[in-house]
Amino acid sequence: MASGLTVEVRGLTKKFGDRTVLHELDLDIAPGEFVALLGRSGSGKSTLLKVLAGLDTDVNGSATVDGKVSVAFQQPRLLPWRRVWRNVVLGLHPVVGRDVAIKALTEVRLADHADAWPRTLSGGEAQRVSLARALVREPNLLLLDEPFGALDALTRLAMHRLVEALWQQHEPAVLLVTHDVDEALLLADRVLVLDEGRIASEYVLGHPRPRELSDHIDVRAKVLADLGVTERASA
Amino acid sequence: MSVSTLGAPARADSAQQPPPERKPRRKLPDLRRWISPLAIVALWQIACETGLLPPDKLSSPWTVLQAGIELAGTGELGDAFVVSTTRVGIGFAIGAAIGVLLGIVAGLSRWGNYLVDPPVQMLRTLPFLGLIPLFILWFGIGEEPKIALVALGVAFPLYLNVYAGIRNVDSHLIEATTALGYTRSERLFHVVLPSALPNTLVGLRQSLGVAWLSLIVGEQVNASSGLGYLINNAREFLRTDVIVVGLVVYAALGLATDAIVRLVERRALRWRAA
Repeated sequence: MASGLTVEVRGLTKKFGDRTVLHELDLDIAPGEFVALLGRSGSGKSTLLKVLAGLDTDVNGSATVDGKVSVAFQQPRLLPWRRVWRNVVLGLHPVVGRDVAIKALTEVRLADHADAWPRTLSGGEAQRVSLARALVREPNLLLLDEPFGALDALTRLAMHRLVEALWQQHEPAVLLVTHDVDEALLLADRVLVLDEGRIASEYVLGHPRPRELSDHIDVRAKVLADLGVTERASA
Repeated sequence: MSVSTLGAPARADSAQQPPPERKPRRKLPDLRRWISPLAIVALWQIACETGLLPPDKLSSPWTVLQAGIELAGTGELGDAFVVSTTRVGIGFAIGAAIGVLLGIVAGLSRWGNYLVDPPVQMLRTLPFLGLIPLFILWFGIGEEPKIALVALGVAFPLYLNVYAGIRNVDSHLIEATTALGYTRSERLFHVVLPSALPNTLVGLRQSLGVAWLSLIVGEQVNASSGLGYLINNAREFLRTDVIVVGLVVYAALGLATDAIVRLVERRALRWRAA
């Protein structure tokens, strides 16, 4: 792409019947940039992710992605009849060897589960396999659709560190869709708040990594206000 | 507690080693469960010897065993076995092909669903064994009506289960593999059909049961060979021992095919919770 951007969205509009879910939306994501997309339920964030993943093509406007795209969903969506390592190489054409899968599984510290059936994994383990499957394709854009939403709090914290490390190593552009404000502030270079199909506000986070929850306390109050949550009277 | 093995090289990363999948040792059958069946056979034998059960009503187990050995010796039983098994085999192959094919068409395509499912659901409500008079008119009294009856009985359970299996495929998996760049046919072979497999195997077991039942009914009508002929012929001569031999062979065949499907199931569905 001439612009050098990984994602370039221009005037994207999506309607379901009479309801406009995305409204003339513009979005740029630079190569290697980590963007978090926040929004209430029904704000259109999952729809935007589906458009970028190529799962929804019935839209107006343009959405261009430069290079390969991978998605990790809220549920790991592993094929239960394939062993873990075969699930990891699912997206590779032509099907590549086990060593590639083992290498990807080693990065998420699951190499010893390569021959297990998906049903034997815990929720966090399955989600790590899903991440390995997304990353083994060496995507230019990694789409994360609330990938930690179904995990317990401790596992979620560990996953944050893991995602950050994998992102720094592979350097894909990342679009993280979430409704966890703290998660967005810990991980993202840039936080977008989506409201009624438009980007309502945008915050660029400059704090070096790894971050603490307290690092962007000022932004946190603003983002929460954007989302319609007021913290005491002070906000 | 640790056990050190002399000479074994230390593994730097023992976690890399996949855990060996060891099957739990099969328990020996509980012999107490054999007490009552053996007692029933013993009572049966006693009832026959005391004259309580006359041989023209039911022969003794011992006589049945002798008749079985005799029939096997003359080759009559073997011939009948081959004829009947061939009928089920051909009928099953035809019925299974039709059932699976229609199930896939109706399950996969919208128009297939509109066009195929209603007539199949209507025909399914017919008591198919009641079609014998029509089948005789259509196919005569040779092999065809028997094979057709088996095929018809087999097609419905397979159709219904394949159809349900395909309809119930997890749309999330379809979406995930689409995002991974799978084409329509790749999704069919790697997602849709594997997820329909458990249902299909349930259908297979049901349809094999129906296959033997259809054969038995079909062979009662008119047959000049096969197990049904053996049984009917024996009836003419009040040979209850031969009748029981035929029934035992039918039962054994039913059990054997069921055991084969179970074996296939265990192998093909290893990924599911035990």
